Amino acid sequence: MIRSITRQKTEEEIDRLLNGYSRIFIIGCGTCVTMTRTGGEPEVTAMQRRLRDKGKLITGQAVLPVACDNLTSEALKEYGDQINQADLLLIMTCAFGVQTVAGYANKMVVPALDTLFMGKQTSEGLFNEICSQCGSCIIGETGGICPVTSCHKGLVNGPCGGTNDGKCEIDSNKDCAWTLIYNRLEKLNRLDFIRVLKRPRNYQVEPTPGKWNL
Amino acid sequence: MKAKTPSKLEKILASGNMAVTSECGPPRGSDPEGIIRKAEMIKNHVDAINITDNQTSMTRLCSLAACIRLKLMGLEPVLQMVTRDRNRIAIQSDILGAASFDIHNMLCLSGDHQNFGDCAQGQNVHDIDSMQLIQTVRYMRDEGKFLGGDAIQRPPQMFVGAAANPFADPYEIRVPRLAKKVAAGAEFIQTQCIYNLDKFEDWLSKARDRGLTEQVYILAGLTPMKSAGMARYMKNRVPGMDVPEAIVKRLADTPKEKQAEEGIKICIESIQRLKEAKGLAGFHIMAIEWEEMVPEIVEQGGLYPRPNVD
Repeated sequence: MIRSITRQKTEEEIDRLLNGYSRIFIIGCGTCVTMTRTGGEPEVTAMQRRLRDKGKLITGQAVLPVACDNLTSEALKEYGDQINQADLLLIMTCAFGVQTVAGYANKMVVPALDTLFMGKQTSEGLFNEICSQCGSCIIGETGGICPVTSCHKGLVNGPCGGTNDGKCEIDSNKDCAWTLIYNRLEKLNRLDFIRVLKRPRNYQVEPTPGKWNL
Repeated sequence: MKAKTPSKLEKILASGNMAVTSECGPPRGSDPEGIIRKAEMIKNHVDAINITDNQTSMTRLCSLAACIRLKLMGLEPVLQMVTRDRNRIAIQSDILGAASFDIHNMLCLSGDHQNFGDCAQGQNVHDIDSMQLIQTVRYMRDEGKFLGGDAIQRPPQMFVGAAANPFADPYEIRVPRLAKKVAAGAEFIQTQCIYNLDKFEDWLSKARDRGLTEQVYILAGLTPMKSAGMARYMKNRVPGMDVPEAIVKRLADTPKEKQAEEGIKICIESIQRLKEAKGLAGFHIMAIEWEEMVPEIVEQGGLYPRPNVD
């Protein structure tokens, strides 16, 4: 399943963002950030304790079921009083959740997390970015592996000269996308696809910021 | 192959002579003296001089300005251009800028990842890749048009080159990848530094079997080793580099003060052997911050004097 992959900001950065605010309400989310252990119940509680120890007044905390859903508007109403007493909302969700909450609550919001990528959970505790939603999918010719996302240079016409025993030259923890593609196409007897020259990509399929109206 | 551009490098290759190119890295500052000094050292021993484009992603004086310096000295520059730092507007614009100074050679590269350099947190561009850059320059030259379709007044007359690394894995992809660059429009190739001569000769013979050496001039890349330490570093730390243990051992077994000399000797021996390789069109000598050794390497390699084609 697709997950929004997040990492908690450093304590220093969070403290700097909270500087000057003493009354804080903390929001987590029951979906992606619970799975990535960055904004579920335990993390929200740990944050509450840490900030209380630092002298902040925590007016309350909530773990919304799906922070990016429009029902968040209703969920927030349940905590109306506690939110009203706060000067600021510290939000331990991905940036989708932060922006959704910010749209409903008339309060300053501070994200406690950085949103890294939209990822697939490939095994317990392991998340991989495999699609960057570029709008012009070419994986029909690359054995179902996306080089736009998985190659550090986003190369679409084959590997650079820096492959390193099947790994990427800049990160030996990451596979070389084109080695994966080569191996898969070879197995499928379709190496001819690598020979085809791909034209420059259309980056304006859906210009940023994307908007789709059914 | 017949020359299609006013490039001196192309004319030498088309005349059937072995070409010799070398390269200079621009300074990390605005003083042009370094480029001029390096070019003076090697100008009588090479046919063209590559100017690197922010190699290893370290910010330097730009390749285009340094190429113009060479041009003003009456020399033959090869403009290296990476796709890492420019989108397709900037790329076409820089090509026209180079052409306006009658720079007639270009080497199309994707470029080292920014992670290796002094702006590791910066964004790379790769709006087009090296393969598409080759196509872009050829299109601008041959069709006289911008990528957008409009006509170019006085199109660039570039002799178009690309890089090839015969050693990176998977090895099986390396000759097909060369074929793809040729299909995209590459007219000359400068290879990654060669230390494993057997493997290079194997790659070259496979390229020859596919008829590629009849379609593209392949220049063998050579970098003399300064020390056993450098050999070890390149063997163990530089991805895509193939340094046989015998080379490391030969340098390590040489007294420290003689290792540089031994490195030059290895380079010269490589030239002497590869000169006989069928299908090879010349040499690209990358003496990194060691340009003063290029004349000796070229002379001892039996590649001097350089032909005069004008």
